[in-house]
Amino acid sequence: MGKFTQKGKKGLPAISTASLPDIIFILLFFFMVVTVMRETELKVKNVLPKATELTKLENKELVSYIYVGKPTDQYVSKFGDAPRIQLNDKYASAKEIGAFVFAERAKLATADMRGAMVFALRIDEEVKMGIVTDVKYQLRKVNAFKINYSARPEEGAVTQGE
Amino acid sequence: MARRNKQGATEINASSMADIAFLLLIFFLVTTTIDYDKGILHKLPPITDEPPENVQSNKRNTMVVLINSRDQLLVNNENVSVKKLRNRAKQFLNNKGRNPKWSISPDEAIISLQNDRGTSYGLYIQVQNELKAAYRELRDEYALKKYGNKFEDLKALAKESKLPRDQDKVKDVADAYPMRLSEAEPKAIGE
Repeated sequence: MGKFTQKGKKGLPAISTASLPDIIFILLFFFMVVTVMRETELKVKNVLPKATELTKLENKELVSYIYVGKPTDQYVSKFGDAPRIQLNDKYASAKEIGAFVFAERAKLATADMRGAMVFALRIDEEVKMGIVTDVKYQLRKVNAFKINYSARPEEGAVTQGE
Repeated sequence: MARRNKQGATEINASSMADIAFLLLIFFLVTTTIDYDKGILHKLPPITDEPPENVQSNKRNTMVVLINSRDQLLVNNENVSVKKLRNRAKQFLNNKGRNPKWSISPDEAIISLQNDRGTSYGLYIQVQNELKAAYRELRDEYALKKYGNKFEDLKALAKESKLPRDQDKVKDVADAYPMRLSEAEPKAIGE
């Protein structure tokens, strides 16, 4: 009898939380490593289309982004809701793409790198082809032929090498 | 002095460490945007003043895909849904002269794409994706049959080994089904 009462008094031993900080730290490091800070603030809505035939962009140095989409809600009152092109941090017209391409090329050191440049077109899936055609035409004009239509991987997507 | 020696160095209370780590963790959780840096690779044609090749003369070897401003698809004057496009393209490319309406051989076949300025970008990407997929599947079938590997695996192998033998395999498959996607200037009917 005495034995039983003793057990009841003791209760469950407390779980040691000493290793909790370590676990949290591991999670923290994971997210620190994975996080990519966005350089540009998005001013356009950007829901990318889904696709399966994808190529991964390996060399980030050689990639420049061109965003197209409707202005985000906070800018609609000022700029309306017609789709717009965003270069770096601001809205731009199609004609400014040429200058943008030259500026991006100037950032690279060698001619080889400039030749391997890829322009990633991050275009909202609801945009009409008219503005996309204009962007492509401007790129062709400055001999920037390698482009990449950014897309979200769909189920069963096949990632291809370059 | 004597007292300090007795007690030893005072221990720093580390119980708030977890809280600090939690705060940092939450910060990174919130700011993380998993970026998909993937997409469909495409090569634009240079701007030329030369008139385009005479398509009429090799009409049989050209599959014309038209997309209008209402996102409807027309393949060689037939209404086709996006889902059926992949198979349609595969049949056309891999015809090898069997059906008189379709291509004579895969290396002469051209897929010509024309859209309207009012076509939605989402559909355009779907069509591009289906056509690329058709080529990829044909190349995979060919490569599996001849070399026992998929095209992507052959490419990876060649990249790793750098042997001319492996590179020739890649070239052979790519030459058997060369990707010939031509894009015409879009029409501007329904923008």
